[in-house]
Amino acid sequence: MLIQALFYLFATVLVLAALGVITSRNPVYSALALVLCFVTSAAIWLLIEAEFLAVVLVLVYVGAVMVLFLFVVMMLDINLAELRQGFTRFAWLGWLTALAVIAEIIGVVWARGGLGIDASHGGQRLPANYHNTLELGRALYTRYAYPLELAAMLLLVAIVAAIALTMRRRAGLKYQNVSAQVAVRREERVRIVKMDAEKRP
Amino acid sequence: MISLAQLLTLSGVLFSLSVAGIFLNRKNVILLLMCVELLLLAANFNFIAFSRYLGDVNGQVFVFFILTVAAAESAIGLAILVVLFRERRSINVEDLNTLKG
Repeated sequence: MLIQALFYLFATVLVLAALGVITSRNPVYSALALVLCFVTSAAIWLLIEAEFLAVVLVLVYVGAVMVLFLFVVMMLDINLAELRQGFTRFAWLGWLTALAVIAEIIGVVWARGGLGIDASHGGQRLPANYHNTLELGRALYTRYAYPLELAAMLLLVAIVAAIALTMRRRAGLKYQNVSAQVAVRREERVRIVKMDAEKRP
Repeated sequence: MISLAQLLTLSGVLFSLSVAGIFLNRKNVILLLMCVELLLLAANFNFIAFSRYLGDVNGQVFVFFILTVAAAESAIGLAILVVLFRERRSINVEDLNTLKG
């Protein structure tokens, strides 16, 4: 009963926060509503015993990605009035599509035998000594070892791409030419001068 | 215990709200990126719900990979957005028509 009540509470907050993301006037408020979305999703994932992913969602999304979003939103000087123009022109189409999709999904999921499986329970209760992180780690480092390496590689490529895209060279700014520094030879820097010894005064 | 049907309904509502967000905010690239994040979150809900329903941990591994790819996507997307704003002084989708034939 308590779990059900908590689920409905978090689901309500999640849907309201998602509405806030898509209807808010200011992108900063949208980003903050999206943070609320991720935190409540993590809470729901905790309720359905996917603990590791809940923690990862908070750490990676709330901790890193949303901070990046907020940085970019606050860094750019956006003309909001212009972007808001025509907000209502296709709004009815958007809401209509959303309502149609929601109605279809509810119809399929809640129809008797709609999915071809018994969807009225959420799976077996896990035993008390079950470790979600341990099981996930076991799968990741055995069967999914190569995909894990690929994911790490992908993150590296993303770092390099993001830095290469946003780095800029301003005209008139002095910076080091590292390859020229490394390629320098002794003859270019040191001049040995032969001269006679001076007499002691 | 939360049933599969409840979780699928919640993820369906989340998914269609983010699709509606893409319709509503089709001018603002930042909000489009945020709506894509919300879409991926709804997909992750389905993966976790079925992973718990079937008692199979592989679905959660896929959520892990989706999170990784989505983080990389948003990082590169925001980098492109910053470069775009530097060039055009605008993030309006309608201003991005250089490649129009």
